[in-house]
Amino acid sequence: MSIFVDDDTRVVVQGITGGEGKFHAGQMIEYGTNVVAGAVPGKGGQEVHGVPVYDTVDEAVEAEDADASVIFVPPAFAADAIFESLDTDLDLAVAITEGIPTQDMAKVNKRLGETDTRLIGPNCPGIITPGEAKLGILPGNIFSEGNVGLVSRSGTLTYQVVDNLTERGLGQSTAIGIGGDPIIGTSFVDALEAFEADTETDAVVMCGEIGGEDEEQAAKFIGEHMDTPVAGFIAGRTAPPGKRMGHAGAIVSGSGTGTAQSKIDALNDAGVPVGDTPEEVADHVEDFL
Amino acid sequence: MKLHEYQAKSLFADAGIPVPDSRLATSVDEALDAVDEIGYPAAIKAQVHVGGRGKAGGIKIATDREEAEQYAEEILGMDLKGYTVDQVLVEAGVDFVDELYVGVTMDRGEGKPVLMVSTEGGVNIEEVAEENPDAIAREHVDPAFGLHPYQARKVVYEAGVDADVALDVASILSTLYDLYEENDASEIEVNPVMITGDRDVVAADAVMNIDEDALFRQSDLAEMAQESYEDDLERKAGEYGFDYVRLSGNVGIIGNGAGLVMTTLDLVDYYGGSPANFLDIGGGAKAERVTQALDMVFSDDNVDAVVFNIFGGITRGDEVAKGINEALEQFDEIPKKVVVRLAGTNAEEGMEILNTDLVEVEKTLEDAVQRAVKNADEVTQ
Repeated sequence: MSIFVDDDTRVVVQGITGGEGKFHAGQMIEYGTNVVAGAVPGKGGQEVHGVPVYDTVDEAVEAEDADASVIFVPPAFAADAIFESLDTDLDLAVAITEGIPTQDMAKVNKRLGETDTRLIGPNCPGIITPGEAKLGILPGNIFSEGNVGLVSRSGTLTYQVVDNLTERGLGQSTAIGIGGDPIIGTSFVDALEAFEADTETDAVVMCGEIGGEDEEQAAKFIGEHMDTPVAGFIAGRTAPPGKRMGHAGAIVSGSGTGTAQSKIDALNDAGVPVGDTPEEVADHVEDFL
Repeated sequence: MKLHEYQAKSLFADAGIPVPDSRLATSVDEALDAVDEIGYPAAIKAQVHVGGRGKAGGIKIATDREEAEQYAEEILGMDLKGYTVDQVLVEAGVDFVDELYVGVTMDRGEGKPVLMVSTEGGVNIEEVAEENPDAIAREHVDPAFGLHPYQARKVVYEAGVDADVALDVASILSTLYDLYEENDASEIEVNPVMITGDRDVVAADAVMNIDEDALFRQSDLAEMAQESYEDDLERKAGEYGFDYVRLSGNVGIIGNGAGLVMTTLDLVDYYGGSPANFLDIGGGAKAERVTQALDMVFSDDNVDAVVFNIFGGITRGDEVAKGINEALEQFDEIPKKVVVRLAGTNAEEGMEILNTDLVEVEKTLEDAVQRAVKNADEVTQ
């Protein structure tokens, strides 16, 4: 009843000895995630929260049979850390790091096409299957188990929408933050495809924002391939062209592509109702179920 | 981050791309000294981050000293789409017979850099892209290998550039790609590249944007960024390290996380108000950050009321509340009404801690936004 992660997922935390990595590894373990190893160059042999640390991801996989990584590594070294995950053939790599140069991500993206590893992020809050596992920084306490899938480009907006859902007793199967950067691994379409195939997901919420054309592609996919109902939300209706709204990817280009209106229109054309407020998104989901 | 034309051209010139002779001037006297050295005709070009400078009156061609003086006086200090012009580039006029468009940017959908060339240069290339997309030849570059020189030649020939200058244009394009890579640019555009009567090729304009996320390894460009700020509030945001965008409304907005802050802006608009800014204070909300954020919105004269919306994920609501109290207690008088909404981890504890003598409190995002819009309306009435 989930996609991409569950309680069998064996997690290695890259950067587990840093401030962020250490704190969130603790939070993940507390949530019940199967964190089996840490990987930090030069820190092999240490332990963090009782979890053994290795110098390389390769060693962590050898010794602990890890199959997924969560990356808390500063921007200057993050692309290298993602390459390490990809080259070790993990099933899943979740890159939390914000601020990785786009040209580094273009190189990562090239390699991604040559491996079977799924990348989520970067610049994302991660992924959670409530009651089973969370890989990332999402606050576990706001989620509840249920049958609504959620995919979003933004972290705190995800929390807002989840909060509205949970308050009405609408639990979640899996929630994924795919990240706010121009070049990311898992796209809306990838996540929607997985939710459509998941028998325990009965409705999906998709939270997009201005910039790029991923939402338009998602709308096309929904129209052509999905039976599971989808409710949408698009942030950035009031954003002026040419200004980066926080996320590196959230920018309406000078030529007018990537606007909120074009995304809302595309979703509506595919039969997806788009809420004007987060509360309205929850209304739509309630109507579906 | 946008570079000014003169900054981009100095990078072009250092890399060996032919650019017209030019000087930067901040006063009419300096501009006249510059034309005396350069000669006529000379272009006087406003250095502000605004598209369509020419149409807006920010670029003039002087044919003698009298005109140069008149144009420098007109352009220096002028308001160009909301930006005050405080420097001009004085540049030798180019006697051209043809204009091309040449650019390098990141194709997000493909995840690859793309080279673009068009013989329809000198005009708004976005209109060309819209109306006649085939007039722009494109070539994607594999980011792992970098540019193969043949690719620059291929795209130039494909665009239909005259054979006698094609290799010179390809060479410029190839150098632009090197600059794109070396400087972590997100976009480089030369519109137009001019072909002179003598069949020389000159980069007559220069747009160069840098990936802000790469400034940690581009220290020279980071310094240029400091020179590029034109708005005091944007400069202040840069110093504080906030993601900040100034807008034209009167409801100040502070929040955490780009998506949620954008949503708060949208809701202000949805409930009939007008957002004054985008301000993301990011994770954590120590008193110092909160104070800095409030300083930003309070020092914006356009702001009549403020909404402060925090969804505490890992950040705890009680800590945020303490930060807000501490920050506001520093003021003898709160300059603008602040509505606070806290949600998520320890939000209830936080709501109780908040000093309601200093702030108004609302439970939901929708209610908080509506109250702030109302507060702003009351000020303007």
